[in-house]
Amino acid sequence: MNADGNNKTRQFIYLRKILERAGPFCHPDFEPSPEILNFISNDCKILVIGAGGLGCELLKNLGLMGVKNMHVIDMDTIDLSNLNRQFLFRLNDIGKSKAEVAAKFINEKIPGCKVEAHFNKIQDFDEDFYRQFTIVICGLDSIVARRWINAMLVSLLIYDDEKLNQASVIPLVDGGTEGFKGNVRVILPGLTACIECTLDLFPPQVTYPLCTIASTPRLPEHCIEFVKIVQWSKENPFDTIIDGDDPNHINWIFEKAQERASLFGISGVSYRLVQGVIKNIIPAVASTNAVIAAACVTEAFKLASSCCATLNNYMMFNDVDGVYTYTYEAEKKDDCIVCSPAFRPKYVDVPHDGMKLSEIIEYLSENQYQMKNPGIVAVFPEKNRTLYISNVPSIEKTTKDNLKKTLKELNLINGTKLIITDSTRPLPLEIILRFSEINNET
Amino acid sequence: MDSNSPKSPEQSEKIKKYDRQLRLWGDHGQVALENAHICLINVTVLGTEILKSLVLPGIGSFTIVDSGKVREEDVSANFFLDGESIGKSKAEVATFFLLELNPDVHGDYIDESLQRIIENNPSFFNSFSVVVGTALTESEIILLSSILWDLKVPLVICRSYGFTGMARLQIKEHTVIESHPDNHNISFRLINPFPSLKSYLESFNLDSMELKDHAHVPFVVILYKYLQDFIKLHGTIPKTYKDKEILRDLIRKGMKVDENGLPYLEQNFEEAIKAVNYALSSDSIPSEISKLLNDDNCVNLTTKSKPFWVMSNALKYFVEKEGCLPLRGTLPDMTTETKHYVNLQQIYRVQASKDAEDVYRTVQQLLRQLNQHTDSISEQDVKLFCKYSSDLRIIRSSCISQEYIDKPYNSSYIASQLDDPDSMMELYIILRGIERFYSEYKEYPGELDDHVEPDIVKLKACLCKLLTEIGSSTLIKDDLIHEFCRYGGSELHSVSSFLGGCIAQEVIKLITHQYIPFNNTIIYNAVTSSVVTFCL
Repeated sequence: MNADGNNKTRQFIYLRKILERAGPFCHPDFEPSPEILNFISNDCKILVIGAGGLGCELLKNLGLMGVKNMHVIDMDTIDLSNLNRQFLFRLNDIGKSKAEVAAKFINEKIPGCKVEAHFNKIQDFDEDFYRQFTIVICGLDSIVARRWINAMLVSLLIYDDEKLNQASVIPLVDGGTEGFKGNVRVILPGLTACIECTLDLFPPQVTYPLCTIASTPRLPEHCIEFVKIVQWSKENPFDTIIDGDDPNHINWIFEKAQERASLFGISGVSYRLVQGVIKNIIPAVASTNAVIAAACVTEAFKLASSCCATLNNYMMFNDVDGVYTYTYEAEKKDDCIVCSPAFRPKYVDVPHDGMKLSEIIEYLSENQYQMKNPGIVAVFPEKNRTLYISNVPSIEKTTKDNLKKTLKELNLINGTKLIITDSTRPLPLEIILRFSEINNET
Repeated sequence: MDSNSPKSPEQSEKIKKYDRQLRLWGDHGQVALENAHICLINVTVLGTEILKSLVLPGIGSFTIVDSGKVREEDVSANFFLDGESIGKSKAEVATFFLLELNPDVHGDYIDESLQRIIENNPSFFNSFSVVVGTALTESEIILLSSILWDLKVPLVICRSYGFTGMARLQIKEHTVIESHPDNHNISFRLINPFPSLKSYLESFNLDSMELKDHAHVPFVVILYKYLQDFIKLHGTIPKTYKDKEILRDLIRKGMKVDENGLPYLEQNFEEAIKAVNYALSSDSIPSEISKLLNDDNCVNLTTKSKPFWVMSNALKYFVEKEGCLPLRGTLPDMTTETKHYVNLQQIYRVQASKDAEDVYRTVQQLLRQLNQHTDSISEQDVKLFCKYSSDLRIIRSSCISQEYIDKPYNSSYIASQLDDPDSMMELYIILRGIERFYSEYKEYPGELDDHVEPDIVKLKACLCKLLTEIGSSTLIKDDLIHEFCRYGGSELHSVSSFLGGCIAQEVIKLITHQYIPFNNTIIYNAVTSSVVTFCL
């Protein structure tokens, strides 16, 4: 059935009541008119990142809220364990690209929908690609990917005479779930708290100290971690790295972990637990994904239509005990290394030039930076010099001696500009070295 | 190695498919789900979104009741209806598309009105695990509520309306053993240790230890030692905040010091200091549990008493005898050597087993006295019950039709909530007013574009009547009434999808008897992105 002729009057009739009628609580900028639905359907282009539990829901919700132009990015393929919630996939889709199957399903199901699929990583695309979207919605399980897209959208901001050009702001709606818990946030890059401003909101990853798993294991998890970290590389049973999706690998770890557990009198090593620890499995149900994706799309709809105020700016959801929500305003950090304006210099504060380069790297991996694999290039008047880069083996080899050197030995002084690259951001970070104990001779 | 577990267990396809949810409600929760039969009344967007989140995790079967035909306005907001199906039975089409989601699930439909089904076959609803009604009229709510109240079949009524929505649960009694709280209260029995624990705790001599051993004594042992010191000094266990500060200080002073008199950073001591707050109070019986143990159903068993209450009665006997709940038998991780941890864990585990056996013996006696089969409650059931005895829950909701027909018994609660200008009770009243409006005018306020203004007055009149019945003198703000007339009966997909997810999970809680359902009304406001709960 086409959206023309007589049928047009009944299509999206519910949305049209909201968008074509004035209401007492509407946003001041809101002017009801049929043009708003036209804008949502024809001009709005929304990017959905992730075609998993949240992504499937996001695409469906957007389509049924009048959005026609969408892109979806996902680098994953469909697995049997996705089918309990990722409702656009069927048994015979296993092994295919999530993005492609999801896009095809939506395009066939919802008349007029044009979802473009990208079986890719988000890092495969540049600024020009991301600049085309009206709104970006994330349904990811990776914090690094969230930080990357967040930094990308910030990098698209334009400042005219130190004033943010509002037209360059692409809102980011971010959803996340874990079991029966979830959260939604609305980020207006440059205007409200960004992912990087609130890194401490993410729960720290559970890690076990090596000495515990090696010499004083107490929990079944300790035994599994030991097999994963120590025994696997020592015995190298399949002559390759661990593949959590290979049942032979899981079986081997399961057996070895059971042996180790019984040696120490520890009980509770089950196959399910081994899988959980090795693959770092996060429990997931259809209901939480539905709730969080729906809240994300409601916010995207508000942003696109201005029909009412958007979430300001963080909502937590939990339905373990009843149904519970909590909303609050996460605070934007003035000195955020990602979203404070580009024209404002950013500093890295270290005590003095007796510090070793390795300590600077450690510092960048903790604190407010939380970088994953920082590479450092120093800017000198004559030319730039690479101090350390870990993820290019040949450069790592030639620069690793620098790690042991002090800043002084590397000729770094108070005020030296450093260019830092990291997997959490698409563009390098320019940062100025600042010694807090300035009495040191420089 | 455990001989019962196969060396390399082959996982079934089903276990693989449901892996991510089995980690939440376990294989036994899944079995309960697969035996469930859900009834949905009315194919609204909300209705199909609820079923979607029930079909995906694999409920046994569903039945859809709806006599309506698919219209174009339904199609553009509902994922489980399509353009090809306009004019066909809504129930039939939705059933077809929902079943595509999961081949494990059975589904059927009845292309008849609710009224007719009730007239022709009053016991129709008897076989359902849960009945979910969406967009019901006032008279349907009253009828369904009283039938299901008598049948003791759980009922959820819900509505998605513009940027708001609500759901209400009616259940005579619902009991939960596995409530899965985020933080379990683990009792260490340090104040009154059982003999094997006491002799273990006292087998350590902290003063004579080298640093390495000293830093690996389980914090439970440390806490116990300094608790004894405290009791010696003060003649009582620490009760006030100040007492606890003193105890923390005693522990802090017990840390080994280096040659300069500075304390070593002993993690086990840090853990003991942190545990002062929670590890000593967790031996007492939570007030919620005391209340449950004094519940009529617990105290006065009958031949028809359910297993939960028979076990509760046995638990009550145990508590009266021992002064505490059965041990849980689990130990959190702590800084210590494997040997100490495993020994300590074993001591708690053995005692937990003894406690559960004790309760099980009482259960057997009770079953014989009640002329119930002694195998109606297994030892495994009792073990689970004892393990989670500090987190047991019971929920009893009110009967919806009573509120609707009689002068509302909860009117003072509603009225007091309405006095608070920020309360979302207003939304509840408006949604009730809209039901009233619909039964009077057979359409929603503002359903037609040129009715918005006149319907504001009419809806206001409905609300005035409703508020008078409740006995509230509050007035609903004109702006809010206007806003609801603007919605004109709209059902927005993403609002319904949010509520649908919430309600599906509540249904799963009811079926599995795990996690805690809301009691008994939630209101969702999509403008503020918040949900509140009212106990009506």
